[in-house]
Amino acid sequence: MKTTSIMIVGVGGQGSLLASRLLGTVLTDEGYDVKLSEVHGMSQRGGSVVTYVRYGDKVYSPIVTEGECDYIISFEKLEAARYAGCLRKGGKIIVNTQQIDPMPVITGAAAYPEDVLDQLKAKGFDIDDFDALGPALEAGSAKAVNIVLMGHFAACTDIPKEKWMAALQKVINPKFMEMNVKAFETGYGK
Amino acid sequence: MKKLLIGNEAVAWGLYNAGLGLVSSYPGTPSTEITEFLAKHDDIHSEWAPNEKVATEVAFGASLAGMRSACAMKHVGLNVAADPLFTLSYTGVTGGMVICVADDPAMHSSQNEQDSRHYAIAAKVPMLEPSDSAEAYAFAKSAFALSEEYDTPVLLRMCTRIAHSQCVVDIGEREDVPVKEYVRQPSKYIMMPGYAKLRHPVVEERTAKLKELAENCMYNRVEMAENREIGIITSGCSYLYVKEVFGDDVSVLKIGMPNPLPEKLIRDFAAQVKKLYVIEELDPILENHIRALGIEVTGKGLFSSIGEFSQKTIREAFLTEGIAVPGIPEAQGEAPAVPGRPPMMCSGCPHRGMYYTLVKNHITVLGDIGCYTLGAVAPLNALDSTLCMGASVSGIHGFNAARGEETEKKTVAVIGDSTFMHSGMTGLVNIAYNATNSTVIILDNSITGMTGHQQNPTTGYNIKGDPAAKVDLEALCRALGINRVRVVDPYDLKACEEAVLEELAVAEPSVIISRRPCVLLKYVKPKAPLTVDPDKCRGCRKCMKMGCPSISFKDGKARIDKTLCVGCGVCGQLCAFGAIGGNEDERCQ
Repeated sequence: MKTTSIMIVGVGGQGSLLASRLLGTVLTDEGYDVKLSEVHGMSQRGGSVVTYVRYGDKVYSPIVTEGECDYIISFEKLEAARYAGCLRKGGKIIVNTQQIDPMPVITGAAAYPEDVLDQLKAKGFDIDDFDALGPALEAGSAKAVNIVLMGHFAACTDIPKEKWMAALQKVINPKFMEMNVKAFETGYGK
Repeated sequence: MKKLLIGNEAVAWGLYNAGLGLVSSYPGTPSTEITEFLAKHDDIHSEWAPNEKVATEVAFGASLAGMRSACAMKHVGLNVAADPLFTLSYTGVTGGMVICVADDPAMHSSQNEQDSRHYAIAAKVPMLEPSDSAEAYAFAKSAFALSEEYDTPVLLRMCTRIAHSQCVVDIGEREDVPVKEYVRQPSKYIMMPGYAKLRHPVVEERTAKLKELAENCMYNRVEMAENREIGIITSGCSYLYVKEVFGDDVSVLKIGMPNPLPEKLIRDFAAQVKKLYVIEELDPILENHIRALGIEVTGKGLFSSIGEFSQKTIREAFLTEGIAVPGIPEAQGEAPAVPGRPPMMCSGCPHRGMYYTLVKNHITVLGDIGCYTLGAVAPLNALDSTLCMGASVSGIHGFNAARGEETEKKTVAVIGDSTFMHSGMTGLVNIAYNATNSTVIILDNSITGMTGHQQNPTTGYNIKGDPAAKVDLEALCRALGINRVRVVDPYDLKACEEAVLEELAVAEPSVIISRRPCVLLKYVKPKAPLTVDPDKCRGCRKCMKMGCPSISFKDGKARIDKTLCVGCGVCGQLCAFGAIGGNEDERCQ
């Protein structure tokens, strides 16, 4: 089996580490060889963050480079565009339509390209965009954006939903389980 | 038990299962999690030490007492611990001792890109270098036995990619290793000239024996392919990238012990291939060794000494060599150019109010290492220098000694609570003792922030979160010889300005403790988010000068992101038109 490569991208603090943990857990449970690479430290502080997840029969490199990525799961519009060059021909970008202004935009040094997803679509990118923040807030917290997105991604895979649910049980603090199940279900149905 | 582990957790399991009894470390990305995971075990002693030198000496003490011990640090931490390291090489160990050091190629969270392998060579101690979590576990687990058999501390080299990448590891059971009996050995452990002279030949003999080991050990291995046109000597994550590109179709000598390096193994491998390449991140350590053997090899001429590699690096390099590379990826298209997103201080970060005060008053700021280094970025642009842990406090003294009264009145040093404990105290003693009128601001956010919230001697809690002796910073600064010590709340801009201007004006050294716990700490409850009254907002952008990520500008007015704002109230103090409100709590109690 060919190695599948996924990138989870977003803004530090949006919860991409939990998303990658969920993905890593479900893929390991499915018996795949899995490699994951995360960012810790400096980049957590509101900076652009990227997590790589790769699975298959035998995976060597933990990272994904230009043209190799099958799925980009982006927590924010601008970040989807930033890493779009990593997408392989025929790959797919799942993106939360939330806009978080980076500091150069806040200071007025740069403008936020509001039409950035349309730009990508015009270039032939397969963009699956939807609002994940609304359902997350409905489920109980803006922090559940990660699980809404993972729910949506789960529906794109061949892995049965109950396997995802089992993985969710493993990685989520039981206190927040109800909220996260709701978030996952909404994302799955989007 | 099979589990998906980051490299650092795998190291922790390897050390723990090999009978580790004590770990002492100072946090530093990308090494921190090694100690955090070890601290989850209650049957060993774990601790955060004030700095890496202390940590290494604590581990030495435990080894002397007969216990298997370890410490972990980032690459620059090993500079701090270099003093004990070089002489530990002479004393050797009683209980096995492992020093974990994590390099940071590409400087994801560091001030330089130094290559720790130089230390192994210079201190003449063996170094192990895994390629992934599974090897990190195996190498860490084997390291104590290696340490005891060869009577040497062992360096275990990680790098960011391996420390923070995950793969499945089969974790075994913990081996019960009793603490050895303590036997006094003056000639082995008292390193004064008479005894040290006797130990140096022992070190050289040990290196000779380790070289023999390097020829045939679990760390170095040859993977011969049918294709002998090229052969690649590689190590660490570069090995993974080579295998990602060529799979099993290329002959590889994988080095897992970069010091000491084998001779015969390399010669035999080189003899079997037509053209030899060496692929290693950072400095040409393997390459220089291979060249010194008189073997022709292509290395840094093709692969950079700067930054990280990837499978793309390998593909591109071999294509320029005219070598067929399988599976070249085809991208959907180019990414559009978009504004950068650099890291920044969090919404409600207590450092922001103090930095705003310093920038507003055009103060020269000698900075230090921590979250507050982010004061250097726009729009605050608050810092003039950042060198290494503690250099703000030592540096301001030299700066003021060089320029005198001219700068004493308008220069401060800023340093965090944990960094002050690490290596700021000695610099402060020097200010008092050698008398410059320097002003030091301790940005006390009651935690070691940048590395992800580790306790330190000023927080009142230990690594387990249990109550511990708490250093009284005010009393400490006075005891170090500073008479003027005052505390301000950085959320209170007026108080900050008063304190800074008064302390700069006086003709004696002073310390301002800018104290507010980090907003990300669990016990800090955010207040209701603030709002901007669009009728009152004149669009002057003054609130945006402090660089709060919650505040943006739309349609000529400021607005506050409710999901990010923690209601700190600093922006409200900047607004001359009373446009920011919605949070009526007392802010500065």
